Amino acid sequence: MSILILAEHDNQTLKPVTLNVLAAAGEIGGDITLLVAGHGCQAVAEQAAQAAGVSRVLLADAPAYAHQLAENVSKLLLNLADDYEHILAAATTTGKNILPRVAALLGVNTLTDVLGVESPKRFKRAIYAGNAIATVEIDEPKVVMTIRGTAFDPVAATGHNASITQLDQVYESDDVSFRHEALAASDRPELTAARIVVSGGRGLGNGENFDLLYQMADKLGAAVGASRAAVDAGYVPNDMQVGQTGKMVAPELYIAVGISGAIQHLAGMKDSKVIVAINKDEEAPIFQVADYGLVADLFDAVPELQASL
Amino acid sequence: MKILVAVKRVIDYNVKVRVKADRTDVDLANVKMALNPFCEIAVEEAVRLKEQGVASEILVVSIGSKPCEEQLRTALALGADRALRVDTDVLPDALSVARVLAKVAETEQPDLILLGKQSIDSDNNQTGQMLAALLDRPQATFASEVKIDGDQLQVTREVDGGLQTLNLKMPAVVTTDLRLNEPRYASLPNIMKAKKKPLEVKTPADLGVSISSQIKLISVEPPAERSAGIKVGSVAELVEKLRNEAKVIA
Repeated sequence: MSILILAEHDNQTLKPVTLNVLAAAGEIGGDITLLVAGHGCQAVAEQAAQAAGVSRVLLADAPAYAHQLAENVSKLLLNLADDYEHILAAATTTGKNILPRVAALLGVNTLTDVLGVESPKRFKRAIYAGNAIATVEIDEPKVVMTIRGTAFDPVAATGHNASITQLDQVYESDDVSFRHEALAASDRPELTAARIVVSGGRGLGNGENFDLLYQMADKLGAAVGASRAAVDAGYVPNDMQVGQTGKMVAPELYIAVGISGAIQHLAGMKDSKVIVAINKDEEAPIFQVADYGLVADLFDAVPELQASL
Repeated sequence: MKILVAVKRVIDYNVKVRVKADRTDVDLANVKMALNPFCEIAVEEAVRLKEQGVASEILVVSIGSKPCEEQLRTALALGADRALRVDTDVLPDALSVARVLAKVAETEQPDLILLGKQSIDSDNNQTGQMLAALLDRPQATFASEVKIDGDQLQVTREVDGGLQTLNLKMPAVVTTDLRLNEPRYASLPNIMKAKKKPLEVKTPADLGVSISSQIKLISVEPPAERSAGIKVGSVAELVEKLRNEAKVIA
């Protein structure tokens, strides 16, 4: 069997989640090809060639692929699809945007946000916001799916040396164009790949108070997340949201500060190894999933915690 | 300008979902059903575009058996002009849904198709993308802002790293994210008026589409339960536990 994986990257570096997708592909079994589609992304292809388990890297480097527009990348994947039984990508906003489009062009269904591999046609995925786990079998000639990175341990990023083949097909739709983007610049680790995540909720009261969490996060080398309530209240931008409709995280340590623990939020973080909750409401549902709960005013507890780290 | 909005009947988002004892599916018997929240946002966006004078007509479509007319009536009460139910007892897979919607779009020729980014039951997040592919039209998924300028659509999308803005030529497909708008509540007079708005029923055969399900549900299990741990009495105790018991900090 052959598997094609769409690499996740920003034209400069290969995103670590690709290593988790490679692990899922390893469980399916087969010869693995990694497609790097972007612009000025030779360095990404070189990193991709070093990842464990990759047989070859395909590099499609053209301005049309610079922003991973679904219209263009899906046609490229369609053109390559003949040689593969499985087509995978990470269940990121990029993968979720592109892969169903590829599937429809191929005339097949998609499995999204897969978190377990039972066989090459049988998989596990979460439904109802993670309140149930479904085992499903897909009856399609090609299996197109997105993978929840946190459900698979990453393969080694280096030590391998796969060949890199340049592709010259360029697909460019006239119907869509990239206008601009506002991406959060941060020196902190990425939320979905961080070993420690500190998240804040409505209890923080405003955006300025998130500084308390940023300071603690920097001391811990942690990423900072937020509940939907904090995002909806405008305290922090949407890309920080952890939960059913935000990001799925599963760090070694998750510290929930001023978060009540709505089901939507729990769906995004309950696979964390150790959960700490700091909340002044001792009835808050977050305490039902926390390994260590501290009933305290966060404005006292967080500075004290930071000082003792 | 004509807008097509696709909506789905799903379990009400406030209901706690339970897996059936025999683990064949979740238990939906006697459970409150509602309009999928993301679909509701799509309807609201269409209605706002109509109120701004940008859109002239809103058609709302749902696929399913008779009860999903309740959700179509809800959408009509929120401000859609007419409704279409595509009748089926089969639970269609996403590709079948996209094929039905594509046929409706071919007949109706909407300039804009709005859908929720995902339904809160199957959590698939794929129908809009598939529909756009079948129609060979551009897509803007996870929209948090939609602006219309002539035949151009400017959509801001919520992406993992922040926000991305695209220009699309209409006809186009847009899927809604949570922060696109806050849907209104239907007023009682509008609920009454919605009962008189046209609601047409067609079969997949009328549209020349067959509905199938290529994804078989083998079993459903509840997620691994996390049991509550302990309450610590102080920050010092917390730090001690994290260091020496959980060993997650240095």
